[in-house]
Amino acid sequence: MLLAAREAQSEGRRVALAYVETHGRAETEALVHGFTIIPRWQVAYRGVTLEEMDLDTVLSEHPDLAVVDELAHTNAPGCRHARRYQDVEELLEAGIDVYTTLNIQHVESLNDVVAQITGITVRETVPDQILEQADEVGLVDLPPDELIQRLHEGKVYVPDQAHRAVDKFFRPGNLAALREIALRYLAGQVDHQMRAYMEAHAIPGPWPAGERVLVCIDADPLGERLVRTGRRVAAGLDAEWIVLHVETPEYATLPEAARDRIARTLRLAEELGGRTVAIPGTRASEEIIRYAKAQNVTKILVGVSHHPRWIQFIHGSVVERIMRGAGDIDVIVISAATDRPRAPEGAKVGPVLYHPAYLYSAAVVALAVTVSAMAHGVWAQANLTMLYLLAVVIVAVEWGRGPAILAAALSLGAFAFFFGPPSFTYTVADTQYLVTVAALFVVGLVIGTLASRTREQAQAARSREAYMAALQALSGELAATNDLDAILQAVGRHIGSTFGRSVAIFLPTGDTLEPRLVTPGFPLTENERAVADWVFRRGHNAGYGTDTLPAAAARYIPLKTAQRTVGVLGVQPSESGPRLSPEQRRLLGAFASQAALAIERVELAEEARRGDIARETERLQTALLNSISHDLRTPLATITGALTTLCDRAAPADEAVRRELLLNAKEEADRLNHLVGSLLDMNRLEAGTLRLRSEPGDVEDLIGAALAQLGEAAERREIRIRVEPNLPLVPMDFALVTQALVNVLDNAVRYSPPETPIEVTARLVGDEVQVRVEDRGPGIPPGDVDRIFDKFYRIQHDGGRHGAGLGLSISHGIIDAHGGRIWAANRPEGGAIVAFALPVRPAVSSDAAAGSRSGAPEPEPAGEGSRTRGWVTPGRAS
Amino acid sequence: MGDTGPRVLVVDDEQAIRRFLRASLTSQGYRIFEAASAREGLEAAAAVRPDLIILDLGLPDEDGVAVTRRLREWSKVPILILSVRGQDEDKIAALDAGADDYLTKPFSMGELLARMRVAMRHAAQPADEPVVTVGELVVDVARRVVTVGGREVALTPVEYSLLKTLAAHVGRVMTHGQLLREVWGSGYASDGNLLRVNISKLRHKIEADPARPQYIVTEPGVGYRLRMTA
Repeated sequence: MLLAAREAQSEGRRVALAYVETHGRAETEALVHGFTIIPRWQVAYRGVTLEEMDLDTVLSEHPDLAVVDELAHTNAPGCRHARRYQDVEELLEAGIDVYTTLNIQHVESLNDVVAQITGITVRETVPDQILEQADEVGLVDLPPDELIQRLHEGKVYVPDQAHRAVDKFFRPGNLAALREIALRYLAGQVDHQMRAYMEAHAIPGPWPAGERVLVCIDADPLGERLVRTGRRVAAGLDAEWIVLHVETPEYATLPEAARDRIARTLRLAEELGGRTVAIPGTRASEEIIRYAKAQNVTKILVGVSHHPRWIQFIHGSVVERIMRGAGDIDVIVISAATDRPRAPEGAKVGPVLYHPAYLYSAAVVALAVTVSAMAHGVWAQANLTMLYLLAVVIVAVEWGRGPAILAAALSLGAFAFFFGPPSFTYTVADTQYLVTVAALFVVGLVIGTLASRTREQAQAARSREAYMAALQALSGELAATNDLDAILQAVGRHIGSTFGRSVAIFLPTGDTLEPRLVTPGFPLTENERAVADWVFRRGHNAGYGTDTLPAAAARYIPLKTAQRTVGVLGVQPSESGPRLSPEQRRLLGAFASQAALAIERVELAEEARRGDIARETERLQTALLNSISHDLRTPLATITGALTTLCDRAAPADEAVRRELLLNAKEEADRLNHLVGSLLDMNRLEAGTLRLRSEPGDVEDLIGAALAQLGEAAERREIRIRVEPNLPLVPMDFALVTQALVNVLDNAVRYSPPETPIEVTARLVGDEVQVRVEDRGPGIPPGDVDRIFDKFYRIQHDGGRHGAGLGLSISHGIIDAHGGRIWAANRPEGGAIVAFALPVRPAVSSDAAAGSRSGAPEPEPAGEGSRTRGWVTPGRAS
Repeated sequence: MGDTGPRVLVVDDEQAIRRFLRASLTSQGYRIFEAASAREGLEAAAAVRPDLIILDLGLPDEDGVAVTRRLREWSKVPILILSVRGQDEDKIAALDAGADDYLTKPFSMGELLARMRVAMRHAAQPADEPVVTVGELVVDVARRVVTVGGREVALTPVEYSLLKTLAAHVGRVMTHGQLLREVWGSGYASDGNLLRVNISKLRHKIEADPARPQYIVTEPGVGYRLRMTA
């Protein structure tokens, strides 16, 4: 390894020795010379100073290549990861190449093979995936004798440890076997690479077609071996492999240790790259067959069960039933080593005699005895038997198998004692009674078993259903909202209620990860935040109950979507609560991915919205610039033209021509002024800086002011004004609404023939005053009625002069700001109507009526004032 | 005319405006003095003793409202405010501070000259004129009689008082606040309803078409003006 590293260094790559064990040997020391050596991290543990690789320094130094010895090493407590291979994974993810070494006995899937051969179970194993990820695996091969010799010479281990190691492990036979395993393993890898190459280059060959291996485990300690074997079989076949656990009703009654073992086995399978599945079912064999067929499994791996013969005789063997039902599927049976003692198990949680159910059972039988004693002689013997049967059945249905057996036994005794002749003895004279009694016993047993099984299954289904319901409730709630805070609250609440734990959710804010939701009781310390941060950067679980940073108080789960990690979920274990079962972990994982999706959805929506706004703004700005440059240049061109003509020495002498030119220039200057005014208004409206100086205003006055402002354009046209008498004053910013009306009128003047009249009507409708402006022009193209208030909208028409397309949009903005409405329509007789309505009473929240002592307009006193108001301009009354 | 014409001080930081005013007003017989900032303007006002000041609202060092206030501390010289759109509040503040009238840029020369004449006449004859005639409208203050086209118009005391106040400042804009103070007293200075209702009633009595008034014109957002000539 060091030689290879030296070669890399000579090629110009930056090489650092992150962790190299020289064992104080001169030969190795010499090799180390000339490299950058990253100092080790000193960890104090129980009074001993341990040396570990300084992961953070290596990461910050960021060499091209790091040399890390002993991949299988277990880190001292206090390190970030439990195992060195996890450190190496982190280095690889940071883009640092790694050279490392590993002994063959430390490969996870070979673990039990090695144990079989050497009799020593190696604890420090490395998942096979790590090896499979390696770009290159080189084999350091030595004949066993030579190795032992090197060992004795102290080239492999430090001498004082060497002899013990040799005696225990490095026997020639062991070494030969290990050598074979190593060679085979590597051969397998090479084969795999070759096939991958052939596939990649479309070389035809006998590819294994869709093999799928199903490994069935239960609480038996054999499970881990099954999983390892399954992995090897699957790897050999290049097949997918699934580890299945059927949660039979007995699962609920298993002791904690056994359930933990199942969880561990499933976790091991996950670590080895297998898919794990847990399904509920009554009979394991049936569920396994059903699942295998549904999933197109080609090979089933089962372990031989350890039940005593007689139990197998009654229940039948699971393995046998699988083999019988497997059909085309190959069944591989693994048996436990015969000399291995059964692992001690905790007491089964099950029938215990002081359990209240047994007391109830006895009570029911006692009741039956009492009733039958009273009915004795009145009822026939057979009916009395039925009474006992009834008692047994009731007990069986209510409390299950155990109490039912007790009830049957008690009934049997009582019946024999009280009623079987001779009475009050346990002697049964008539063999007939034996039949009765036996039937009683069997019926009790059968019903009890059935009832308890049904109940247990119902319970399993209930808990599963509860999980599903929890998940569904969460996803329902998440789907219903687009608000990030609401989503976080929902996730916190659901996880809290399902797992009874305190929760924190961290989301990235800028460059840092900030807690966005922390439920009470969550230990949000600096350390915990660091763990969360690590999880966010790496996208792996960490913290309590995992192999990474297990000293943390909470478990941290990355909120991952297909694209990225959006945040981190921290879940604190409840104080005395049990560890998470695989099912709970899976549910938590499901919660996490739901949350991640919801968070991502919100973020994407937000991004999209921002993008939309940006695009829309850009589009408007472009339109604005185009419009402005056009609208500003046209009048400027006219003005410049007129003025240059007049400035010219050869200016036209004709006074009429000169005057025409000047008038033209003046008109265009007015137009420019109008446009600049509109742009200013628009800007004020859009910037939101518009402050309404609202005061009660007279609508008739408004119309007059608008016409005056319109100036000549209005004077040249016939404008018919109809103002309903006794209109109340309307709260408004008079100058702004005047501008709004000017724009509407300007529009009518612009888009209708000069000889046609324009009608302006004002009247009270409900509690708003409506002002309508009607022209006799071509009207608004159908479909554009709603668009005429859009910015830069202009009706295409022949000749005439265009506005900037801002006027009505400004009117719209002004009327909106007053809490009024503006709309457009076409007259049935031809021409357009643009109308707006302002509420007579100001909105409560408005800052209106700033200067008005009485907010509501006063009704005009009847009398002389109103007498003179009326239809002031001839026109049709409506 | 030469050296004898009325002296006009133009306070505006825009050189183009000063240039054009100098050219136009000089041709009308005015003598023009220029200042490009509030400080220069105040100094020139004291040094030149102009007959009229044309004051821009937006000056680089101090706004026109403050300049108006400081001028009014010692001088009754007529002040014409030049403003741009969107300066309504400053405009009203300047008028309330004692400016005589305002013009919104861009303005026509005719308008400017008319405003200047009105402002200077008021300055020259502060006493109320006994009879104000605008077109067919005659307000005879001495006899308290208002006629339109020879027909007498019956007005309530408030309406009469309102018309009299407008007539006393004929041609000049009166802000809402000024009218309310003069007609109803300072306690009513913010009662917009009173003013609007009475203006409306007054118009219905004296205007031929109250929706297109010829005598009492509205200055949107600022106030009312009794037009000089109808």
